[in-house]
Amino acid sequence: MTAVLLAQAPLIEAPPIDYAAIAPMLIVLGGACVSVLAEAFLPRHQRWPVQVSLTLVVLACAGITLGVYAGGNPAGLTTLGDTLAVDRPTLFLWGTLLFLGLGSVLVMADRSVEPGGAFLATAVSRARAAVGGGSGGGPGGTVGPEDRDYGRPGEAPTMQTEIFPFALFALGGMMVFCAANDLLTMFIALEVLSLPLYIMCGLGRRRRLLSQEAAVKYFLLGAFASAFFLYGLALLYGYAGSVRLTAIAEAAAGSDRSDALLFGGLALLVVGLMFKGSVAPFHTWTPDVYQGAPTPVTAFMATCTKVAAFGAIMRVLFVAFGSTRWEWRGVLWAIAIVSMVVGAVLGLTQTDIKRMIAYSSIAHAGFLLLGAMTITEAGTAGTLFYLLAYGFTTLAVFAVISLVRTADGEAGHLSQWAGLARRSPLLAAVMTFLLLALAGIPLTSGFTAKFAVFSAALEDGMAPLVVIALVASAIAAFYYVRVIVLMYFSDPAPDGPTVTVPGAFTTVAITLGVLITLLLGIVPSLALDWAGGGTFVG
Amino acid sequence: MNTGGSVLLLVLLLVPLVGSLAVAPLRNDDRAAKRVAFGIAIIELTLAGVAWAMYSVADAAAGTRFQLEFAYPWIPAFGTSFALGVDGIALVMIALTALLVPIVMGFSWEEKLPEGRSAASFFALLLATEGLLIGVFAATDVFLFYVFFEAMLVPMYFLIGRFGGPRRQYAAVKFFLYSLLGGLVMLASVIGLFVVSGERLGEGTFTWAELQRIAASVPESTQIWLFLGFFLAFAIKAPLVPFHTWLPDAGAEAPIGVGVLLVGVLDKVGTFGFLRYCLPLFPAASRTLAPLVLVLAVIGVLYGALLAVAQSDLKRFVSYTSVAHFGYIALGIFAFSTQAFAGSVLYMVNHGLTTGMLFIVVGMLIARGGSRLIADYGGVAKLAPLLAGTFLLAGLASLALPGTNSFVSEFLVLIGSFPREPVYTILATVGIIFAALYILWVYQRTMQGPVRGTAVLAALGGPGDGPGTMLDPAVAVKRRGVGFPDLSKREIAVLTPLIVLIVGLGFFPGPVLDVINPSVAATMSEVGLTDPVGGVSR
Repeated sequence: MTAVLLAQAPLIEAPPIDYAAIAPMLIVLGGACVSVLAEAFLPRHQRWPVQVSLTLVVLACAGITLGVYAGGNPAGLTTLGDTLAVDRPTLFLWGTLLFLGLGSVLVMADRSVEPGGAFLATAVSRARAAVGGGSGGGPGGTVGPEDRDYGRPGEAPTMQTEIFPFALFALGGMMVFCAANDLLTMFIALEVLSLPLYIMCGLGRRRRLLSQEAAVKYFLLGAFASAFFLYGLALLYGYAGSVRLTAIAEAAAGSDRSDALLFGGLALLVVGLMFKGSVAPFHTWTPDVYQGAPTPVTAFMATCTKVAAFGAIMRVLFVAFGSTRWEWRGVLWAIAIVSMVVGAVLGLTQTDIKRMIAYSSIAHAGFLLLGAMTITEAGTAGTLFYLLAYGFTTLAVFAVISLVRTADGEAGHLSQWAGLARRSPLLAAVMTFLLLALAGIPLTSGFTAKFAVFSAALEDGMAPLVVIALVASAIAAFYYVRVIVLMYFSDPAPDGPTVTVPGAFTTVAITLGVLITLLLGIVPSLALDWAGGGTFVG
Repeated sequence: MNTGGSVLLLVLLLVPLVGSLAVAPLRNDDRAAKRVAFGIAIIELTLAGVAWAMYSVADAAAGTRFQLEFAYPWIPAFGTSFALGVDGIALVMIALTALLVPIVMGFSWEEKLPEGRSAASFFALLLATEGLLIGVFAATDVFLFYVFFEAMLVPMYFLIGRFGGPRRQYAAVKFFLYSLLGGLVMLASVIGLFVVSGERLGEGTFTWAELQRIAASVPESTQIWLFLGFFLAFAIKAPLVPFHTWLPDAGAEAPIGVGVLLVGVLDKVGTFGFLRYCLPLFPAASRTLAPLVLVLAVIGVLYGALLAVAQSDLKRFVSYTSVAHFGYIALGIFAFSTQAFAGSVLYMVNHGLTTGMLFIVVGMLIARGGSRLIADYGGVAKLAPLLAGTFLLAGLASLALPGTNSFVSEFLVLIGSFPREPVYTILATVGIIFAALYILWVYQRTMQGPVRGTAVLAALGGPGDGPGTMLDPAVAVKRRGVGFPDLSKREIAVLTPLIVLIVGLGFFPGPVLDVINPSVAATMSEVGLTDPVGGVSR
């Protein structure tokens, strides 16, 4: 008897782990840990070269591992006790994240645009430096050798390099986030990706108060959104008795439980996810944070965070709530419309270029949501492709923005961009191309991406939404065109900004963004086939 | 779809586009840029001539819908291929494009560009526009057509916005946004067409011939929605009356040469689209909605003519005459008879020639006087008899005097429309009277009478000892060589081909009609109607 009981007693068994499948993620997270150690133990002057090369090597290794694994055309699987799903969308999203992360890290690593890089010291010394810098040296304003921003006279300015481990941790969190097959893992990944981002936002060397305000705002609202997510998770656990996405789907298929728990949980969960994806009406942090954060960080947030957030949104909707889609879709219709309209209309009134791109990202989030809520393979493929296309265009846009500068930092105000084509025809041409891509003009990736998403949505019977989306695109085109008008048709402002000659890193990032925007516009087949090669596994 | 067929159309498409890339870098050597660009335009014209020669009217009459076909699979996921091909309608439009571009270049040879703009970029943009226009006419894949349709906005936008008159920014943005809005609404229909074809054929396609094959089986309500999307885009482009307001601004602010291309060819894309896309792809919707279009067309004829009478600005005047002419073209298209179709297509060609010439002559006048206002000119015939003579010829051709090309087409449109739509035709006939009024009145005010007007007098160095606002003819003639010369050799060379064609097609429209007729007969059967009177016009 006891023997039988003992045999039945639950033994905690280590779940089998498919190391090959999750290797890219492990490499990134492991690299982040090494990077922290490097930050702690290396002498100051060695940190920058070591951190940059370490980060790039880690990303490249993860990318190669991913490529090798994906090259074998593996079937989708779940591993680590079903907490992670490594299927085609995961692989595609990981590839996108690593690629975009690489591009963002390149922009972060640049030290020639802003002497010493765009980032400043640790929080403590920055607070002191801020006081000192603001009042010209008050109490505590003595700028010590540790937190000077431009170094001693005659010495090259230094750069704080915590940004690299932060970026790696955030990236690792994002990779877990969009592969998470249960809500608890997803929540932990959400925190892992968010916390470094909050700090990264506050690291700006220039306009520190704005940068810090952005960090605080992002942190407070992000914590709020996390709480929503957690509450939703709790409700869904109460409903299904499990946090696994497939278990929720199974529970929803039986009809003997309270729908209030299910949809209440879904609603709260969605609020948390939409917040990260900056979908209106959960977007209010976006313009402030995009504007305040150092531009390389904004680039990172605008691209990678969006990819991760929509990866997670798609997985949750597809796997856990696919069977109940007719019940919640109406609400997402409304959210998508609000997001498209808010992004397009409020973008018109912006005078700061980073805020403008922020509103553009809100409008694009609405378009993405169209694809994400189709729950069809075409919709998933279209959304994945859209994320890839949008990510690279936006990355290059922010890299370009970081180059247009006045004496006291970036030229954020749109009026400062007047006549830029006269001063720097190449840069203006690149920016024009990217803006046309954001507007969705054919022969750019923006068009093929819109086409992929909208055709999937139309096929799924969302004709009114597609029409609204196209009208929103037309409205949004106005503010993209306005920048082109300023650059080309206006006379340059007398004390206008100068265009910094980009360092090698930024040049590579911009070239990458422009090339991919063009290639995905002209020969998108490869990426489309990859995105459409398989669907979510539960 | 197999690769293959004739590469002639591909060459025709690529020569100007590659040429544009070759010309653009020559910004430090205007002469070289102009020569290279002109050479490319002449090569293109020759190639268009070869295409014309290779096009077999007999094959077309025997039922071959497209000739010189070229196809290459492009994005399989979207069911689209890079498919080119021409029917008679597309062929004459391509020929018109290839003809007008070198003429425009010849006219713009000595054009004073706004400060800081290089001739190289102007000519490069002209070539880019030419290439994309040829793509629009040659595409036999709806997706490809859409790509060119939207992409051609970009060079045109820069041509207006960078090189235009004082209010060029406003005009360029208005042009861009109007067209983009129409284009995006059309995109909804393009995607809808794809979805519909997917439902009918099992797999979505964009091949025009396939879509045409299933057109009749699509329910009328669906057809109407899809039709409206295409129609809006084309009605904005063509411009039909409520959507025309961008044209006078764009026409007035664009440099003359660009204005010629704009109303001469680019706007024809709208009427071409009616014939190629609206009618054959949505036959039932076209028949049902024809009265709506006819009302707009007739309003356009009358309203455009009335506004033309009231204009005080020469370039706006020419733009409004075009609005009236587009009314006739639309009338002929939606009256559904082969005679009216043939008339409309011929009208499209003739309007390109006559309005092109009118624009060019007006441009020559403006180049001498430096003012766009009609009131600033007077008695020019005494100073520059050749200029006045060509102005009169262009004007008479524009009002469709027998013996000029426009007479043939206008007559065909009216006689072809009458049996089916007598009321609209009679109303449109009133427009002919207005046409005589606006043309002759402008001619009289600017060219006849004593030498007067501030622009003329200023060019001649003031009124001298004449009575205030007029100049003694003898004195005027003595001074004209300096301030107000007659046509130069270059200007005569620019105008000669137009004059030859205007008169030549007035007496011998046969060669062009022969090319057009089989294709309009095919269009007629695709609409599913038979001629009210029977027979193909000759």
